[in-house]
Amino acid sequence: MRTTRRSILAATAALPALGLARPAIAQPEAVKIGMITTLSGPGAALGADIRDGFNLAVKNAGGRLGGVAVEVVVADDGLRPENGRAIAERMVRRERVQVLTGIVFSNVLLAVAPVVLPAATYVSANAGPSQLAGEGCHANYFNVAWQNDNLHEAVGQYMTQQGVRRAFILAPNYPAGRDALTGFKRFYKGEVVSETYTRLDQLDYAAELATIRNASPEAVYIFLPGGLGINFIKQYAAAGLRGRIPLYGPGFSFDQDVFPAVGEDALGCFNAAQWALDLPNPANRTFVETFEREYGRLPSLYASQGYDAANLIGSALAATRGDVSDRAAFAAALKRADFASVRGAFRFGNNNHPIQTIYMREVVRDGQGRIVNRTIGVAFENHQDAYAALCRLG
Amino acid sequence: MDPSLLLEQTLNGLTLGVMLFLLAAGLTLIFGVMDVINLAHGSLYMAGAFASAAVTARTGSFAAGVLAGIAVGAAFALVLELALIRRLYARAHLDQVLATFAVILIANETVKILFGPQPIFAAPPPALAGSVELLPGVPYPAYRLVIIAVGLLAALFLWWLIGRTRLGMLIRAGTTHRCMVQALGVNIEVLFAFVFAIGGALAGLAGAMAGPILAVQVGMGEQILILAFVVVVIGGLGSVRGAFLAALLVGLTDTMSRALLPSLMRDLLPPAAADQVAANLGSVAVYLLMAVVLAVRPRGLFPAHG
Repeated sequence: MRTTRRSILAATAALPALGLARPAIAQPEAVKIGMITTLSGPGAALGADIRDGFNLAVKNAGGRLGGVAVEVVVADDGLRPENGRAIAERMVRRERVQVLTGIVFSNVLLAVAPVVLPAATYVSANAGPSQLAGEGCHANYFNVAWQNDNLHEAVGQYMTQQGVRRAFILAPNYPAGRDALTGFKRFYKGEVVSETYTRLDQLDYAAELATIRNASPEAVYIFLPGGLGINFIKQYAAAGLRGRIPLYGPGFSFDQDVFPAVGEDALGCFNAAQWALDLPNPANRTFVETFEREYGRLPSLYASQGYDAANLIGSALAATRGDVSDRAAFAAALKRADFASVRGAFRFGNNNHPIQTIYMREVVRDGQGRIVNRTIGVAFENHQDAYAALCRLG
Repeated sequence: MDPSLLLEQTLNGLTLGVMLFLLAAGLTLIFGVMDVINLAHGSLYMAGAFASAAVTARTGSFAAGVLAGIAVGAAFALVLELALIRRLYARAHLDQVLATFAVILIANETVKILFGPQPIFAAPPPALAGSVELLPGVPYPAYRLVIIAVGLLAALFLWWLIGRTRLGMLIRAGTTHRCMVQALGVNIEVLFAFVFAIGGALAGLAGAMAGPILAVQVGMGEQILILAFVVVVIGGLGSVRGAFLAALLVGLTDTMSRALLPSLMRDLLPPAAADQVAANLGSVAVYLLMAVVLAVRPRGLFPAHG
């Protein structure tokens, strides 16, 4: 009896290892693309969206990108930099993967970059830390989403355009939170009533909400990623502030990954992003339609970035006819950005970061009663990040 | 600060405090009676929140959701006790930490498989979604008042159960003189299972009540568990009375430091520095409180073990 149980346990323990050892079914000439992303823990929804968007682009092209057969190898970093680094070492050094993508969080990317960039090409579908945009820019590093500051800058710019004179701004007390508010203030010219930093693990915002009501600013700007934003948005509405003081944020806190959890509480909030569900270009229509058909939900900003990352890589694969071994040639092909982005016009600046239009969106109910973003204006046209001048790439 | 704002912030502190109490009460009971460190207590809370949100969405009744949260919390705790914890009573705390940490990972992945990685929706019932005018000009969300009431009722129930019933007598005896209780012929296995279920029910209740104001998502338990442990340590290991006082103390300290520090610092320092200092002080206020309490009373406010 005891032995049986032991052997069952041993067999169960061995199962995951079996999965890893399974031989690849894809064609021998398929180009391997390594996707390191966050698929467990509180950030899992973001990684899943990037992965799903990427896979959709591959599926829409019949298992190919740029006419070249590809095999996407997915691994979960669990939002731990050391995990990400170990996966990158395995992929780059042992499995000789030469194109990587997928990392959600900047701290993971900063741990992975030193491993990947000397030997392979990295296309970021989300994280855009300033370290890799300025002096630390790299010929093998491309960011197809944004530089971390961009969306915050856009809201600052828009609020200035709208003549908002007194703003209450709030972010978690960690490097990305402080960078976010710095980015916002770079373009916001009104008075900052209070710059409040909250705990990264904060659950209850009642104290801050009472302070906000008391200070009665003309607008509130928040950068609270993931669950923090959900807590805040729910409590903002419950405190009766929604509809009284407009709430602004970057697109991260107001997209399809958050709407199902906050429902009506998000209605009427304003946010900035380089993409929106309703952008009228043909590439975006195809993306939104096929995504919804494939996964049964609406795509988020993150999914659009995964989809664009795949098509960007596809454009370079087409140009090099699937040869990813010549780093310089592959990078040159990527830099042309010769693909139909779901956000419309797109090109890279000298530091391999986007020069792009950033839109303002408002959370509304659409014709079918779903909660979605509607594009209401443009914060920036052809916007480039603040670090590009420090980068010595051509 | 004007009195109405002070009243509002006090209520905010109490809301956070009673939520922490619901979680910490079970944690401290389980530690006090069984000497088990249950890291998976946050998973019971998460299970309660998901069960409650799912049942509320299905039936449209918030009360049914809350009952489901309590039931799932208690049932999950019972299964955990029978299948795993029972084998760990004699083991060292580190073994218990390791095993219950594994339960966290398993529970998180299971919830992700069942509900997907995205946070799910939970809202207060429509009747409680509005606000109540406590004093003229001080609207306060009705649902938060309900949380405070439910927390106080739970505290009252525990006080009655532990202080006024035969079962409570056994629990108290089990905390201080475990061997003697066993020698007297009390079925300690049933008692332990029962205490675990009570702890699970309270965690489930906390999860169900938290859903409408917090994100219902994978990993929500670990976030609040850290504060719950701080409460248990401040209150004195094993003491429900201590946990109650400590929870209110922690809730009020956390809220008040965040409410008062920013304007206080802006009076003393230039704005940029003031915001940063206030944020950093606010982040550590609860831990400072813990350090001070432990310096004065190394075993917490009301240590249960003599």
